[in-house]
Amino acid sequence: MKNIIVCIKQTPKSDNIKIDPATGCLIRTGAESAINPFDEFALEEGIRIKERLTAQGKTAVVNVITMGPPQAEAVLRTSVAKGADKVFHLSDIAFAGSDTWATSYALSKGIQKIGNPYIIICGKQTNDSDTGHIGAQISAWLKYPNSSFVRKVSELGDANITVERLVEDGTDTINLSTPAVLSVVKEINKPRIASISGRISAKTFEITTWTADDIKADKTKLGMKNSPTKVVKSFTPKREANSIVIEGATSKERANNLVKILKENQYV
Amino acid sequence: MKNKSTNTWVLAEVIRGNLSPVALELLFIAKKLAKETGDKVCAVLMTNDKKDFAQKLICHGADIVYVAEDKCLANFDEDIYSQLLTDMIKAHTPNIFVLPATSTGRSLSAKTAILADTGLTADATDLQIDKETKLLHATRPTFGGNLMATIMCEVKRPQMCSLRPLTYPQTECDKKRKGEIVNFKVDAKKYKSNVKFVSFKELEDNEIDICASEIIVAGGRGVKDEKGFALLKQLADSIGGTVAASRAAVDNGLMPYRCQVGLTGKTIKPKLYIACGISGQVQHMAGMSSSDVIVAINKDAEAPIMAQAKYALVGDVFEVIPQLISQLKSK
Repeated sequence: MKNIIVCIKQTPKSDNIKIDPATGCLIRTGAESAINPFDEFALEEGIRIKERLTAQGKTAVVNVITMGPPQAEAVLRTSVAKGADKVFHLSDIAFAGSDTWATSYALSKGIQKIGNPYIIICGKQTNDSDTGHIGAQISAWLKYPNSSFVRKVSELGDANITVERLVEDGTDTINLSTPAVLSVVKEINKPRIASISGRISAKTFEITTWTADDIKADKTKLGMKNSPTKVVKSFTPKREANSIVIEGATSKERANNLVKILKENQYV
Repeated sequence: MKNKSTNTWVLAEVIRGNLSPVALELLFIAKKLAKETGDKVCAVLMTNDKKDFAQKLICHGADIVYVAEDKCLANFDEDIYSQLLTDMIKAHTPNIFVLPATSTGRSLSAKTAILADTGLTADATDLQIDKETKLLHATRPTFGGNLMATIMCEVKRPQMCSLRPLTYPQTECDKKRKGEIVNFKVDAKKYKSNVKFVSFKELEDNEIDICASEIIVAGGRGVKDEKGFALLKQLADSIGGTVAASRAAVDNGLMPYRCQVGLTGKTIKPKLYIACGISGQVQHMAGMSSSDVIVAINKDAEAPIMAQAKYALVGDVFEVIPQLISQLKSK
């Protein structure tokens, strides 16, 4: 049996972000949340890999794991609605405020508890903290090979897989022995919409919830206190307050005036 | 390890046999930080062919260059690179380590931070030394650029961060500058890799790396079709820029995903960003709001991007752009 493990995160949906000025942490209560948009591609790829393996006559299971407060359960139900077979929720006050070092540690312990992974898939990054660290960092804790910016999983072998990854000047094709960790980009697929029957069964689906003790995590590696990085402060970036509207009676005139400005300021 | 280390490192990436110009940007900020900490500025080279890169890095401001040269470093094998880099860190215990926030640099920094057991700040756009604590304060955009967070790593060393390309200028070259070159012996047998490099395919003509360009001409829904993007290309060519696109244009198949700017695409920081027919939704702004100068060209004076841009030009892109091209040509 091949265990596909997809790591997802519940992140704020709205663009109105509220930050606790004392801790620099996000105030989650009241903010509308959803599955991190990048993780949609990870989940979809996990389901597609299962479908491909099934077509090869192999048995595969899509496991979805998330770490987060009790309400993060919602994104696991969304995953079930789309086709996840098993869902796991790491939920413990000990995890709260973890940076990427501590989060990737906790997830790696959860993955070990699920056991026997074939492929571990993460989204490229989250839409809240934007680090893009987690895939590579899980692979480091577990001593597995990894690839970030994966745009295609081209071959699924028994002991290795072939993937294409985006790099600045082109595309690398690399072969990784399994278990392997992938962080995938939007280009990789088009996520499906959950079926009605999927949504119905998701409502009552049994979610496995694990604490730090359940996954045998070392508590000195968890939470804000034990995270190597700390937020010193957070602030809203300065936006351009005074736009200069380019003057001119016609499009042509305005274009001429813009070129003048660009040249005068040596922008071009 | 606290307070013992006195070096600020930068990773000088070698990509397909060339020294990445981002290395010289990292040297610029490393030198600035070193003025505050008293650290030496060091560059790290990992390559199968070092050429004259170490000397070049010295001319551009490195006091020491650590060189790891071995044929196992021919391609970016993250397993080998991360293990080797961890060994180099353990052997020399740098105080600060700045890596490029390129696709390879971001992934490598993340993996290495775990192996070297330290904290990492991703994709910083501003680095400062705190006056009192002498700690590195790395500021980075989060929530798609809607919030800036300043991060520090108090206890563990090195204080690692990746820095967004084009954030700082490159250092000047001083041919007379002296520095030390230290070879780091690569024990290739020691490094296990579960990765096999198969092949590399270069970008197609329309896929130029938008992160490396100082001038971007981006098109959105308002550019409509191939003809529109051909105009954008002409405009970009006339000013040494690169064409990029909003999600709408990529989803319509007018441009490849690699050129998509925004939350689900790339985050870029060019000197000049010309947004053509882009309304400027939050998701798009997340990818380009830190550009030095934003010019917006849009039919709709009320489009959100017009209020965010430094220069807003109301007009149809199909009328404005040909005129821009002809005016830019006439000196």
